[in-house]
Amino acid sequence: MSVAIRVIPCLDVDAGRVVKGVNFENLNDAGDPVELARRYGNSGADELVFLDITASSSNRETTYEMIRKTADQLFIPLTVGGGVRTVSDVDQLLRAGADKVGINTAGIANPELISDSAKRFGDQCVVISVDVRRNKESVSGFEATTHGGRNSSGRDAIEWIIEAAERGAGEVLLNSMDADGTKNGYDLELISAVRAAVEIPVIASGGAGKLSDFAPAVKAGANAVLAASVFHFNEISIQEVKDELARSGEEVR
Amino acid sequence: MTSVVILDYGSGNVRSAQRAIETTGAKVSISADFDEALAADALLVPGVGAFAACVQGIKNVRGEQIIGRRLAGGRPVLGICVGMQVLFERSTEHSGDSFFEGLNEWPGTVEKLEAPVLPHMGWNNVSAASGTQMFSGIESERFYFVHSYAARKWELDPHEMLAAPKVSWANHGEDFVAAVENGPLWATQFHPEKSGEAGLTLLANWISAIK
Repeated sequence: MSVAIRVIPCLDVDAGRVVKGVNFENLNDAGDPVELARRYGNSGADELVFLDITASSSNRETTYEMIRKTADQLFIPLTVGGGVRTVSDVDQLLRAGADKVGINTAGIANPELISDSAKRFGDQCVVISVDVRRNKESVSGFEATTHGGRNSSGRDAIEWIIEAAERGAGEVLLNSMDADGTKNGYDLELISAVRAAVEIPVIASGGAGKLSDFAPAVKAGANAVLAASVFHFNEISIQEVKDELARSGEEVR
Repeated sequence: MTSVVILDYGSGNVRSAQRAIETTGAKVSISADFDEALAADALLVPGVGAFAACVQGIKNVRGEQIIGRRLAGGRPVLGICVGMQVLFERSTEHSGDSFFEGLNEWPGTVEKLEAPVLPHMGWNNVSAASGTQMFSGIESERFYFVHSYAARKWELDPHEMLAAPKVSWANHGEDFVAAVENGPLWATQFHPEKSGEAGLTLLANWISAIK
């Protein structure tokens, strides 16, 4: 009897459509977000993550409308991230129906965004989303990148996650840029390093390709496992992941 | 048709709570109007964020009077998450060496859980007290929690003249109060509006318990 390991599909959305690219390039259209959200809600997803990959441009209202439509039909937690720059962005996403908001690049440029959002809306709705790349030059061997992995932030990933947690982030969405799109499994060393550094829940992201990839991420310290294309293209079902986790001794819903 | 007011005191997004209760067929409005909140068949007190801010927000709309008068008349009130925590006497959340006062419907202190991973975030089991209406048909389901603080003890002494409250527990690092059914006053530490079908059933149980 303890809290279940969460299995979370991530829907990358661009102008109201779900897309997923390998290493964030060569995007393929994988469907309508509201339909997909309903499907996942009915098939055992414990939460949903929307990552708005074009949020920095002009389509914010499209995003809010999509969140409103989804939240009206979905009675599981919904996290929305991508292009969140200001406390006002956080406010608007929560008002549209998001339960949690992922803060990524803008948090590194302006860490006050994390503190201010946590103070105003509560720790539980601030998710620090970190795109991590291995870099021997960095203290821990992992650096935080920005702009979807394109730029180095100059910050050590572990140090940054510790700071973000101290500033009130209630959860870390840990995306390995090295593993993302490879389907070779999660970056277990990265998960272990973050688990050892902070007490907030860790969502492992990046690299899931086969059923046997999920349990090791949990053994390494993840409280939740996130994947996208393997779910969207029906290669693996949510229930199969849960059955596999249960077989390896984890609690699932 | 059963009317439900969600007390609107600035506690974040209550849209999903509204939609979830609407699935039971009830008419739901979000309001801070004193008379409307008194007159509704049922009142939901939401709560996200910090304890002290929620207590202040509730007091700003005279919510403690609304709750008190409703309970005196035996009229249903449901507190969710921090909306449950504020019903206790006090909380130590962000209070330094002191504490913040709650609405004091129940004795006891809301304190930080001792657990390796906090916040307690996700779907957990509840050991439903026997004979609850709240968990009828969903006794073995999991519900969605997100919190770091909770009532770790139930301190209301039993009294032969009073019906004993039905207290249900969950565990994250240690046992804590997950839900209370105390006459017209119900509360859940978890979020039924985010707990899928099980949560919708719990809300339907609440609405159908309203006479």
